[in-house]
Amino acid sequence: MTAFPPVAFVSGIAAPLLRANIDTDAIIPSREIRGVGKTGLAAGLFASWRYHGVTREPNPDFILSQPDYANAIILVAGENFGCGSSREHAVWALHEFGFRAVIAPSFAPIFQGNCIRNGIIPVVLAAAQICLLGREVSVDLMTQRVASGAHSFAFAINPEAKAMLSEGLDAIDLTLKHAAAIAAFHAQDGQNRPWIYLEARP
Amino acid sequence: MSARTGARLRPQWRRALAEPATLFAKLWGSHVVARLGPDEDLIAIDRVFLHERTGSVALKSLAAAGRPVLDPHRVFAVTDHIVDTLPGRTGTRVPGGGVFLTATRDETQAAGIKLFDVDDPDQGIVHVISPELGIVLPGATLVCPDSHSCSQGALGALAWGIGSTEAEHAMATGTLRMARPKTMRVTFSGNLGPMVTPKDMMLALIARHGAGGGKGHAIEFTGDAVRALDVEGRLTLCNMATEFAAMTGFVAPDAVTFTYLKGRRYAPVGDDWERAMAAWQALSTDGGAVFDTEITMDAALITPMISWGITPQSAVPISDAIPSAGESNLTEADYRRALDYMGLESGQMLLGTPINAAFIGSCTNSRLSDLRRAANIVRGRQIAAGVVAMVVPGSSAVRRAAEAEGLDRVFLDAGFEWRMSGCSLCFYAGGDGFAPGSRVVSSTNRNFEGRQGPGIRTHIASPETVAASALAGAIADPRGSV
Repeated sequence: MTAFPPVAFVSGIAAPLLRANIDTDAIIPSREIRGVGKTGLAAGLFASWRYHGVTREPNPDFILSQPDYANAIILVAGENFGCGSSREHAVWALHEFGFRAVIAPSFAPIFQGNCIRNGIIPVVLAAAQICLLGREVSVDLMTQRVASGAHSFAFAINPEAKAMLSEGLDAIDLTLKHAAAIAAFHAQDGQNRPWIYLEARP
Repeated sequence: MSARTGARLRPQWRRALAEPATLFAKLWGSHVVARLGPDEDLIAIDRVFLHERTGSVALKSLAAAGRPVLDPHRVFAVTDHIVDTLPGRTGTRVPGGGVFLTATRDETQAAGIKLFDVDDPDQGIVHVISPELGIVLPGATLVCPDSHSCSQGALGALAWGIGSTEAEHAMATGTLRMARPKTMRVTFSGNLGPMVTPKDMMLALIARHGAGGGKGHAIEFTGDAVRALDVEGRLTLCNMATEFAAMTGFVAPDAVTFTYLKGRRYAPVGDDWERAMAAWQALSTDGGAVFDTEITMDAALITPMISWGITPQSAVPISDAIPSAGESNLTEADYRRALDYMGLESGQMLLGTPINAAFIGSCTNSRLSDLRRAANIVRGRQIAAGVVAMVVPGSSAVRRAAEAEGLDRVFLDAGFEWRMSGCSLCFYAGGDGFAPGSRVVSSTNRNFEGRQGPGIRTHIASPETVAASALAGAIADPRGSV
């Protein structure tokens, strides 16, 4: 089973949203989550900033409302991006809108994990490097480099995340290859810590 | 760590355990099923908790993929996030929210998962009921697709928030694929002053080191001021670890923890209790163990705190003025945006700022001790005219216990609403909400732009500060209230 299309190289328009601590309530407000699923979320992306109040008229000042950035594929943000609620809807909304990479000085841990499982490359660059990125940016996951104009920067990503993204791997499939080790762990652990295993409890 | 557990460990962990080890290394090491890479392990997950907002998605997706839940007896679910909290409730006031309740009911039933539904006497906010029922235990791993899962580290567990896809993985395999986090020790030395609470400790920590300061670390909270906290206080402390961008926070279990847990429904009994106690008593950081990062805070210097901006790091001692841009630890643009949103000015005093609403509730501050402390401030007094004030107990059990002590009467007589348990207006999902443009003093964890509703200006603070402010009709110092 493939979890999502593999993503190894992303090149195109990068939209700068250079605020620190952009939270998942901002990325997708709770009121925009209307169905028990992973789709239908792009319209709610950054809804509080993208639209004017209840009329939902586009706010022309917001970066993604501007024609130059309407087809952005990379989001460039400030530190601690994706903090707040664990809602994976934030990543699903970004992906559905068209984003395949987010570049920031740091990410909130749950958001970063959600990216890796949904085909969005979380790229950590220093704030000083991010300032030098232009409108056209490429992210090469295989060589772990970001390029824009004359600039090129290396970035770090752990090997597991890299493999998951570039091969579009399904983590459950991978883990079930360890089914025997998991069963052995449970058998032994059930002896050591029987109180963890609740089969016999109400 | 028992000898038997040690014998099961892989050599690298046996070596690691022969040296002084952090509590984190013990918790992690005892759950390693397989090594996946130089810094990655397959970690056994002892408990999965789900709520209707994110758990329903995970259960539906798992069922659609035809993947069974490996051990449904170790998975629990609750409806807390969008359930109505007004008396006489039957479901949700969130437009279109009913499908989340229906899906949660259908999918948990199909999978054989215990659900604490809206009419269950044990219903409540996931991070309130899990400790109440003894579902989270010392030495256990627990995950929930909810960022505040770190709260449950208060019991000496390794508990952290994940996404829905990760929750599917945990249910299907009993494990998660995890990169080993860095470790941090935050020591609160000394003793807290009167009316200074764990909420203030965390706001002080985050204000000093930034909302990103805990960057992915597993944080052990320790020191005299932490040891002196009861379990409910430790839950508040660990709750805010996610606002510090930490993977999780936890407190080594001790006699306070064991006394709290004994006799709770899912806690071990009989011989198992004795064996568990023996294992749990080894769950502490060895002398000489090394952390990647150490932070020390002097608890005696912490005062009641309140946020002024739109990130928890923008918080100050309650009698301080709003800092200048240069002192704010924000960029000039972020600083201006925060003040514009909050309708405040640089250098303005927070004390005396008029408020429209006061909220006591959420997984941070809605437990019985929180309500007792707030009730002590409001007893026999009235909230200011024009202020909307409400108390939302964290669980149905908290609500019953509070009513047995007459706390409901204290709040109702003072002019507060007394609600049913749930996450309520900690966040806005549509339906129930504060009046547009309200300035709210709130015992919750997030003062994000729009978190409590479009345009709502949230100041986060302790329940004491919320109570004092509700009486004054303006931001007030609880130390001047009794």
